[in-house]
Parts: sequence; structure tokens; C-alpha cells
Amino acid sequence: MELLLATAVGVLTASGIYLIMRKRTFPVILGLSQLTYAVNVFLFATGRLALHQPPILNKYAEVTYADPLPQALVLTAIVISFGMTAVIVMLALSAYLSSRDDRIDLTEEPGDDA
Amino acid sequence: MNHLIIAPIVLPAMLAPFIIMVIRHHLDLQRIFSVAATLILLGIAFALMGQSLGGEIQTYELGDWPAPFGIVLVLDRLSALMVLLTSVLALPIVLYAIGSGWDKRGRHFHALFHFQIMGVIGAFLTGDAFNLFVFFEVLLIASYGLMTHAGGTRRLRAGVQYVVYNLLGSTLFLFALGTLYAVTGTLNMADLAARVAEMPPEDTALLRVGAVLLLLVFAVKAALLPLHFWLPLSYANAPLPVAALFAIMTKVGAYSILRMYTLVFGPEVAATQGLVEDWLLPAAMLTMAAGAIGILGAREIGRLVAFAAIASMGTLLIAVGLFTQAGTTAAIYYMVHSTFATALMFLVADMVMERRGPDITPHSPMPQSGLIASLFFVGAIALAGMPPLSGFIGKLLVLQASWPAPERVAIWAVVLIGSFVTIVGLARAGSLIFWKSHAVDPQTDPDTDEPTEIDTAPEPYPGLTFTAAFALLAGLIALTIFAGPASEFASATADQLFNPDRYIEAVLKGAEK
Repeated sequence: MELLLATAVGVLTASGIYLIMRKRTFPVILGLSQLTYAVNVFLFATGRLALHQPPILNKYAEVTYADPLPQALVLTAIVISFGMTAVIVMLALSAYLSSRDDRIDLTEEPGDDA
Repeated sequence: MNHLIIAPIVLPAMLAPFIIMVIRHHLDLQRIFSVAATLILLGIAFALMGQSLGGEIQTYELGDWPAPFGIVLVLDRLSALMVLLTSVLALPIVLYAIGSGWDKRGRHFHALFHFQIMGVIGAFLTGDAFNLFVFFEVLLIASYGLMTHAGGTRRLRAGVQYVVYNLLGSTLFLFALGTLYAVTGTLNMADLAARVAEMPPEDTALLRVGAVLLLLVFAVKAALLPLHFWLPLSYANAPLPVAALFAIMTKVGAYSILRMYTLVFGPEVAATQGLVEDWLLPAAMLTMAAGAIGILGAREIGRLVAFAAIASMGTLLIAVGLFTQAGTTAAIYYMVHSTFATALMFLVADMVMERRGPDITPHSPMPQSGLIASLFFVGAIALAGMPPLSGFIGKLLVLQASWPAPERVAIWAVVLIGSFVTIVGLARAGSLIFWKSHAVDPQTDPDTDEPTEIDTAPEPYPGLTFTAAFALLAGLIALTIFAGPASEFASATADQLFNPDRYIEAVLKGAEK
């Protein structure tokens, strides 16, 4: 389980970092979403891995429980990253539509400006 | 509990949706509400400042949950000062945006403006690391909207870069917080500080990783070299009044460094000893050098001021990076100065750009050239740190504070040569824009019909724009005249920062009940 999770975080981060260094906006956005998936999985792991356990304390019996805080953090992170992906897609789309070019860097070619 | 502490967050948080939902088609009403709210905010900030002058650390427990379990807001001297600084900066900028008509070139300027204020103030007040992340996101999301306000191809493309870079920063922030939580099991700053101090030094490898990751995040925000390269492009392509507001955003990064690395990973914490100090100071010196060289090479006035902002962040971070009480005193004084000076220069740059376009080349003279030139002159003096304005006092404090440090030769050389290069760069730009323009005959000016995307329509209320600029200038002059009380306050603030026990005690008092 640990190996699986660590591999998932590692592979997602690596491919995310590769993709954000690309020149066009589409792969960069894909890379950003992969990075956010990676960080969400990583946040789950910060409360230690616990399978099939409720995130609540039981005051009548000594039972193990999953740490609820990372779950709340992941929820916040998912909401934010989901919204941000929508924003960047819209922004990249409008930048593409107004300049007919989806390169991420600003080139100083004549006619590119204005 | 003192409910005034949360008022500066709640006020913009209520006002911004109100503007969007109720009065989105009435620009005049938006302007009235926006200015009125900014004035109220200023009043609240002054009240909070008055409460924290005595040195008492107040906390506000959201939902009345006791400290390490719920989120707390903490008001100490530094937080109160930063909230006040934000409110004082917000008023001239909103006046300028109204006066120059920037707020009607796109939609929702005032709503986004107040969301941005909410995020910045929240980041200054919160006592919880994850909450800091959330407020960072609030201020960033608002800044994405403000950055691309009024549109235009170049601005949109610069906006894409800005958003991508900051999304990466946010991801990194989450990785850092996750690592810290995995090691310590808490995200409350005071609780973090208590647990980090108790941690045995041999199993703190992950903690150090978390501390460095967090520093990287704040360095991105504070435009520290080599993570600064988002700033010139973004600021120069953003609407310049917005860039003036962003002057406080880089300070959020500096504030966070100051807060986290005195409270949680303080200089006396064995686990992270020598980790931050060794990196921050050289990076800050390089930042200042890069900013000064950038000023010299800038060909557009927006970039010129953006590089000046980087140089002043460099000076500020040198003072922060000393991690001594005297250094922090200088940093706090310089932070106030640098915010006003950078914002003033961005407003002046906008006035120039509106009248003659962004290039630093001789054109035919523009209207109101004399008044703008004098503002540019005074602003440049302040930004470069020449006497008699507060920049000089700030830099003097930085130099004085760095005297006991072993790196003093390097620091003095960088600050003094950097300031000199800044003066040269600003003087060059100023004389090209304001003096040599008079030598150009309007008839033979090749650039009169240059294609710029700037709307060269006259400002609707030019009086208001100059009022805003002079208000910022008045702030700088006040900071110079009252330099004594101001630096005493800065020193008291630094004293509070370097005695984190009181902060921890104030926050965790509920847990021991």
C-alpha cells in the first residue's frame, strides 16, 4: 500500500513537472492538474495510511480511526484546484482566441503585440 | 472575545458579493460603496492598531473552538501594522482607479479589489498555517481577475503565465504544509512552534524539508531571486493601479517569512538552525543586484518600476535575512516605506503611460508634464533611498543592523552600489521621459500615432488621480517626519517577534483549561 501510494505521488509529480515545462498552454494545464492530483494524494498520506476506518472517535470502545484533518484539507485543496483549473482554462482559451497562438511565453515578434 | 479583529476580513467579504450581486450595473453606486468601505476599513485598522500598541496579543477563536483544534486569528503588533498598511494603501489606489477610469474598462473591478483586500488582510491576521494557504488563494484568485482586468492580448497572455506560476506556488505550499503536518500533527502556528521546539534534533529531516519548501513558497511571493522572474512581466502588463495594489502582495511573502521563521523555525530552534539564514541573505543580495541591473536595462516604464520593486524587496529581505532584532526593526520600517514608494511609482508610471505610452524614449511633451515629473522625481528619490525621504532612513537602518553580521562587507557593498545603480537608472529614465521630450518637435515626432493598446482618452477626474498620488507621497513624508516614533514601534514589534513565547501562550491559553 505504501509503495503503491508513494509510486502514484512520484509518477504524478514527475509527469506533472515534465508537462509544465512544455511550450504550449494545453500540456501545461494538464501538468498542473497532475500536480494537484499528486498533492491531494500526498495530503491523504500525511495523516498516516489507515484502511477501512472511520474518521471519528468512539468513546465506548478503543478503536483505531483515520485522521480526519487531512481529509478536510484535501477537500479544501480539491475545491480550490478545481476552480483554479477552470480559471486557467478560460484564461488560456481567451488568450489563444485573441492572439491565435497558444505558446506560453511572450514573444516579441512584430505584430504579436497590440 | 474582541470581534473587531475579524471585522477587516468580514467587511470586504460581505461587500464584494454585494457589489457583484446587487449593484453590478451601477458603476456610481459601486464607487460610492467601495470608497466608503475602504474608509471604514481604515477606521477599523486604526482601532486595531490602537489596541495592539500596548503589546497585548489578542486572539479570536473562530466558532469558539479552542486554539489548536479550531482556527485562530491573532492580532499582535506586526499583524496590526500590516492591516493598517493595507488599508492605508487601499484608499489612494481605489481613488486613483476611479479617477483614471480604470475601474470601468472591465467589469467587477471593485468586487475583485475588495476580495483582494480580504485575502491580504486575512493572511496577515491568521494564526493557522492552512488558513494562511486559504487566504493566499483568496488573494491570488482576486489578483488573477485584477491582473487581466480590461483584457488585451498581451495582458491575457501575461496573465496565463502569472496564473500558471502561482498555481505551481500553491501546489508547493500544499506539499510543504502536508510535510509539516505529517511530522508535527498540527498546523496551528503557535502549536507548531511549541512542537518543533520539543522535537529531538536527530529525527527532523522531514521537518527541515518542510521548512525549506515553505521558504520557497514565500520566496515566490516575495519575488526572491531566482524565483522572481514572474514579477516584471506580470506587473508591467497588469493595469498599473493594480500593480500598485500588488505592492502589498510581495510584502505578504516577506511578512510570512518574518512570521514563520521567527515564530516556528526561529533562530534558536536547533532543528532548522542555519538552514534559512544561510540561503536567504545571499539570495536577497542577488535580488537587490538583479533589480538594480533591471532598472538600468528597462525600456518600458512599467518594467522599470517592476524592477525597482524587486530591488526594494531585495533590500527588505536582506534586513529580514539577518534574523536579528535590529535587522527586523529595519525590515519593518523599510517594509512600510517600500510599499508606499512602490505604489507611488506605479501610479506615476500609469499617469505617464496614459499620456504617452510605455516606452522610455523622447516623445513630444505630454499634458501636465511638470506635475508628473515632480512626482516621478520625488518617488524616485524615495525608491532609490536618497535623503531626505524615508527610503534613506530605511536603508540607513538596514546598513546599521547589518554592521555586526559577518557578511557586512558584502551587504554594504550590495546595498550601496545597488542604490547607486538604481539612482542612475531612474535618473536616466526620468530625463528621457521628462527632459529630452521637450527637445522633440511634435511635428517630427515619429511615434505620435504609435499603436498602443492604451486608451488615450483623457482621465475622467484628473484631480482625483493626483490626490491619490499625493496621498501616497504624504504617507512617505509622514514616515520621514515621524521616523523616530515609527522606528520605536518597529523595534517594539521586532521585540515581540523575537519573544515568541508570549505569542504561543496567548494562542494556546484555551488548550490548558
